[in-house]
Amino acid sequence: MSFTEEQITRYSRHILLPEVGGKGQKKLSQAKVFVVGAGGLGCPVAYYLGAAGIGTIGLIDSDVVDLSNLQRQVLHHTPDVGRSKTQSAKEKIQALNPDVQVNTYEERLTAQNAREIIRQYDVVIDGVDNFPAKFLINDACYMENKPLVHGGILRFEGRVMTIVPNESACYRCIFKNPPPAGVVPTCQEAGIIGVVAGIIGTVQATEAVKLILKIGQPLTNRLLDFDARTTTFREIRVKRNPTCALCGPEATLTELIDYDEPEACAL
Amino acid sequence: MQLTINGKVENLDVSTVMDVLKAKDIDPQLVAIEVNTQMIDQENLETTSLKEDDKLEFLFFMGGGA
Repeated sequence: MSFTEEQITRYSRHILLPEVGGKGQKKLSQAKVFVVGAGGLGCPVAYYLGAAGIGTIGLIDSDVVDLSNLQRQVLHHTPDVGRSKTQSAKEKIQALNPDVQVNTYEERLTAQNAREIIRQYDVVIDGVDNFPAKFLINDACYMENKPLVHGGILRFEGRVMTIVPNESACYRCIFKNPPPAGVVPTCQEAGIIGVVAGIIGTVQATEAVKLILKIGQPLTNRLLDFDARTTTFREIRVKRNPTCALCGPEATLTELIDYDEPEACAL
Repeated sequence: MQLTINGKVENLDVSTVMDVLKAKDIDPQLVAIEVNTQMIDQENLETTSLKEDDKLEFLFFMGGGA
C-alpha cells in the first residue's frame, strides 16, 4: 500500500522522524490495537492512536455516556450523554482521521469472548475500571501472546506498565489475585482528577506506538507511578516472579477466570 | 532501623516486613511488596527479615481507568 498526497501531508511530522519515516508510518497504518474501555484512559489512547494513523482500532465498552464522564472522557461530548460510548468514540476518531477503521464491541470483555477478540489484534490497551477485568486482560494477553499496556488511575495518581508475554513481568507477577471486592476505592467513590486520565492514557498510547514501530525501550519490568500532587514520576523496577501462577515455570492458570463482579468504577 | 520505603528514608523499630505493615497500619491484602526488587509472597511477610538500608516498595492496587 502506498500513501496518497493527503496522507503524506497528514503524517508528515511522523515521516520526518528518522525512526519512523514512510516505513514506520506504513507499520502504523497496518497495525491493529485493541482498547478495552472507552472511558478515562480509553478516550485519550484511542484519540491519539487514531490521529497517529493506526490502521485498525478495536473499542470495547458496554456503557453509555454519563454526564459525570465528560470531565475526563474526552471523546464524549455533551450531546453524547445517553449514547453508546463505543459509537460516540468511533465518530470522533473517524472525524479526526477517516483512514482509521474502528471496530466496536458493545459488550463486556469476558472469559468467553476475550481470547477470540484479542487474537485479532497486535497490541492491547487496558483502560478498564475494575480489577477482575484487569486480571482477565492480563491473562488473555499472556495466553494469546499479545503485548499489553496496563494502566490504572485513582484520585491524583496513575500507573503504567508494558507487559510483553514471556519476556517481562506480568500483572500477576506483582498482584497475585484481585483484591477482595469493595476494599479498594473506585474512581466513583474516591474521585479522579480528570487530566490524570489524559496523562496516563497518552503514556499508554506512546507505548503502543513504540511497540508497533519497535523503537526505544518499552516500559517493561518497570512500573511507572505518577503523582499529580507533586508532579513526580517514580519508576519501580519489577521482574518476572518465579512463583507467578500465570507466567512462572510452575504456572497453574491455564483458563480465564470471570471473577465476581465488584462495584465497578462506574464512570 | 533505617529503611527506604517508596523512595523515602524512614527510621522504624521493626524486624520483619509484617512489622512495617503493622507500624504503618496497612492491610496486607491491599499491597504487593518488594524488598530490594524481590517480590515477597503474602505468606512470607512474617518470616521476611529486614536489615539496615533495605529498600521496600509498597505497590498499592490502582484499579481505575474510566
